[in-house]
Amino acid sequence: MENNNLNNLPKELFKPLVRKEDTSETISKPSRTFGQEARRTLLKNKPAIISLILLIIIIIMSIVGPHMSEYGNDDQNLSRAKLPPHAPGLEKISWLGFDGTLTDDFKGSTVEEAKSKAIARFDNQEKFIDFKVKSKGNGERNSAEVEATYHVYDAKGMGDQYFWLGTDHLGRDQWTRLWLGTRVSLIIAFVAAILDLLIGVTYGGISGFFGGKVDNYMQRVIEVLVGIPNLVIILLMMLFMQPGIMSIVIALAITGWTGMARIVRGEVMKVKNQEFVLAARTLGTSNGSIIRKHLLPNISGIIIVNTMFSIPSAVFFEAFLSFIGLGIVPPNASLGSLINIGFQNLRIYPHLLVYPAILISLIMITFNILGDGLRDAFDPKMHK
Amino acid sequence: MSKLLEVKDLSVSFNTYNGEVQAVRGVSFDLNEGETLAIVGESGSGKSVTSSTLMGLLPKPAGIIKSGQILFQGEDLVKKSEKEMQKIRGKEISMVFQDPLSSLNPTMKIGNQIIEGLIKHQGMNRAEAKKKAIELLDQVGIPHPEIRVNQYPHQFSGGMRQRVVIAIALACNPKILIADEPTTALDVTIQAQILELMKEIQRNTKTSIIFITHDLGVVANVADRVAVMYAGKIVEIGTVDDVFYNPKHPYTWGLLGSMPTLDADDEELYTIPGTPPDMLNPPKGDAFAPRNEFALEIDAVMEPPMFKVSDTHYAATWLLHKNAPKIEMPESVRRRIEGFAKTGKKGGE
Amino acid sequence: MARYILRRLGYMIVTLFIIATLSFFLMKMLPGSPLNAEDKLSEEQKAIVLEKYGLNDPVPVQYVRYLTGLVQGDLGISFKFDNTPVTQILLDRIGPSALVGFQAMVIGTILGIALGLIAAVFHNGFLDYTSTIIAVLGTSIPSFVFAGLLQYVFAVELGWFPVALWGEPEHTILPTIALAITPLATAARFIRTEMVEVLGSNYMLTAKAKGIGQAGRVWKHGFRNALIPLITVIGPMAVNIMTGSMVIEQIFAIPGIGEQFVSSVLVNDYPTIMGTTLLYAFAFIVIILIVDLLYGLIDPRIRVTGGNK
Repeated sequence: MENNNLNNLPKELFKPLVRKEDTSETISKPSRTFGQEARRTLLKNKPAIISLILLIIIIIMSIVGPHMSEYGNDDQNLSRAKLPPHAPGLEKISWLGFDGTLTDDFKGSTVEEAKSKAIARFDNQEKFIDFKVKSKGNGERNSAEVEATYHVYDAKGMGDQYFWLGTDHLGRDQWTRLWLGTRVSLIIAFVAAILDLLIGVTYGGISGFFGGKVDNYMQRVIEVLVGIPNLVIILLMMLFMQPGIMSIVIALAITGWTGMARIVRGEVMKVKNQEFVLAARTLGTSNGSIIRKHLLPNISGIIIVNTMFSIPSAVFFEAFLSFIGLGIVPPNASLGSLINIGFQNLRIYPHLLVYPAILISLIMITFNILGDGLRDAFDPKMHK
Repeated sequence: MSKLLEVKDLSVSFNTYNGEVQAVRGVSFDLNEGETLAIVGESGSGKSVTSSTLMGLLPKPAGIIKSGQILFQGEDLVKKSEKEMQKIRGKEISMVFQDPLSSLNPTMKIGNQIIEGLIKHQGMNRAEAKKKAIELLDQVGIPHPEIRVNQYPHQFSGGMRQRVVIAIALACNPKILIADEPTTALDVTIQAQILELMKEIQRNTKTSIIFITHDLGVVANVADRVAVMYAGKIVEIGTVDDVFYNPKHPYTWGLLGSMPTLDADDEELYTIPGTPPDMLNPPKGDAFAPRNEFALEIDAVMEPPMFKVSDTHYAATWLLHKNAPKIEMPESVRRRIEGFAKTGKKGGE
Repeated sequence: MARYILRRLGYMIVTLFIIATLSFFLMKMLPGSPLNAEDKLSEEQKAIVLEKYGLNDPVPVQYVRYLTGLVQGDLGISFKFDNTPVTQILLDRIGPSALVGFQAMVIGTILGIALGLIAAVFHNGFLDYTSTIIAVLGTSIPSFVFAGLLQYVFAVELGWFPVALWGEPEHTILPTIALAITPLATAARFIRTEMVEVLGSNYMLTAKAKGIGQAGRVWKHGFRNALIPLITVIGPMAVNIMTGSMVIEQIFAIPGIGEQFVSSVLVNDYPTIMGTTLLYAFAFIVIILIVDLLYGLIDPRIRVTGGNK
């Protein structure tokens, strides 16, 4: 022991400590409400925030996009059918694909034969076709290969006209249709999701809250419904109804609520049995108040997360329905019907498929990531 | 008795989201062969972190050993690699955890969980290991061990499970057994059985035990020596007699005084106000000062060093400085201690 | 245990009965009959056709006939394909669907488990990040988009596979990949979550305290415990495959049940539609039952109850 140092300590230090304030019980973390904690956790989640921003952009574009071009949804003009994308500014960057040209590879036994195939396909406009010989060939079948680039806009004398995402087989502007389609798909998905929410929460809430026989019967009904895959039920529903926005929404709503109902029921039962509800009841709170003030705040997190996840599911089903011709049918546009057209033209005009496919994928990815982020945000264990 | 373990000035911190939490700040103690050392303290005092560190079980990457040595049979465990530690864990030093249900793999037969260590460390084959496992279950007092060895953890009661955990820990005859609050999750009657079991094992095998607990009654029952921890430091250390009959640190007074016992008189229970400090920002000076009614001015300025009370007994309090006023332990605590001496019991039995 | 199985079977029969009844009355309410397929028949010929299908009998009679037929495995006659029993149509088509579906399930699950394992062991590292991205993409990108992508890249551009053909083993590759993405992503996410939880559990710490190395801990203690709950996800995965096959078969022109279902919906061939619906419901319920039973067999906590206390 360092006795020297200890011996040199001034004597005044050995008087009893005079306390200024009791610092022993201060709480060091700032206190925040659950909502604030949830928001903080969400804001820290970079992928979720990026997804949110992307989604907002997409939604805005779906409202504004169609107005940005001078073409309407149904402006058909066969003379300008099947044009590739042509965008001002971006046309300078040849590899991006916005320069208004069609490119493909053609094979033949000789270079001449390959070239003539290309010319035949591209409207016999030899003047507007650039050739790049990829392989000289030796007389055998398909040994010569030529890459032909067709400046179709120039060939049609439309060098100064721009269709940002090209046109489809009927000459309709894809940019307009893309955003109109997005609008339709999003509306259907949102409305269906909200209906799911309303039906599911009510059904699950009643089932869980009252329990006993009521719950039993209600659960049996769900079990029967769940016994058939959703898509089957949706297709059956579409048999009944004319294809259109309303019918799709109804079909989606009828099948989508079961998930929400089950989860809500589970949560209600869990919360119902917790002690703070018992306490409230002992104090004489009415059922209605208990539901409003105690159950709902605890459940709202899960409800929001579930709704968030049911939207991409609705988008998918709508797209599939339209894809097989049972949903939104042409000339109306939805992402599914656009993809349908895109598939039919996949080989030669991939741009008709690419953009709606990218958009639908983006929508679903962002909703999923955002849903994940919200789920983490509402989970107290994930709060930092 | 020779020194099996020497811990010198160990400091451990955790890098958390909010900053560095100093869990253990300069802890030193020894462990001798065949003895039981109890480490007592509140939640957050650093006792569990200390024991985890001894076995190299600190969660990475958050936990780091900032300084100090852990000399086991002359070698510093702090410097050992993970692979080297794997040879020591389960074989030289074993651990028993608090909750027996979650400490056991729920989908693995009990026998296999014991056999695993035997095969790895003792090089036995399955048949030998299974025989040994049955023996071990018998030694820890599990009836029908030959049937039990093929069962799953959920088929055992809480006390039985803890016996199994002890069997696993002792399988390879370790020199040190670290028991981290092994009885806290159990009923009081089972608690007594487990403590008896551990004492018997020590008698038979001469294993040294480090017993971590917050219950002084348990300490009185099993320990030879006691170390009292507060806010990451050892504040008093000595034999059980030293600490129970002649405590010198106000915190120890508080601990002794706040044990409810049957032969307490009708006076109030002595309590220590407040809560342990936040180790994110350890207070300046003595960490116990804010709750210490006997604090001196110097406690707010400088941490007290360890003062020697006897060859076996040390305490870190400025009250032992020659310039400090002569302060005696509170009356209620003194009477409590006299009660121990009279009945020969140290409470909790 | 036996009682439990019997009870579940009972539920199954009740559910199927309800679905069959609903299907029957749905069919009755919808406009459409075998006459859709034929035009230009005289009144007498139309009457003969209706008689042949028993559509002139009172509804209750038709209902009973329908049910008795069901029990014997007779699902009626297709409106579209004259004289072909629905059962026949379905049997012909089960092969391709089962093949692709099974392949997709197996490959997707195995790869998904591997991916999830890697992600969990390298928790929060680069590999974890990558496999999480793959999992998110897998569950988000619609299957037909992905199928289209596969078609474009591998069939149109690279020419390795035909765009949509059926007959040779290699024709199953692209559809299997497209269908396998969802089970892969689901399994990966699930295993990752389970493994992370298991790796942080107390018994994992015990294993480390016994001196078991990382490999031993991850495999013997971690993986087995994470794998067991995976069975609960297989049910939904199977449904997904069934649903997904409708999409995939369309795109790759596979003569399977999904493609049949879609085309019968488009031509209002009700017997076939109802028959297929029943088949789906049956398959789904059976899978759920098997999965539940399997879980009880594999998890020792459920299999071995009680014991000596």
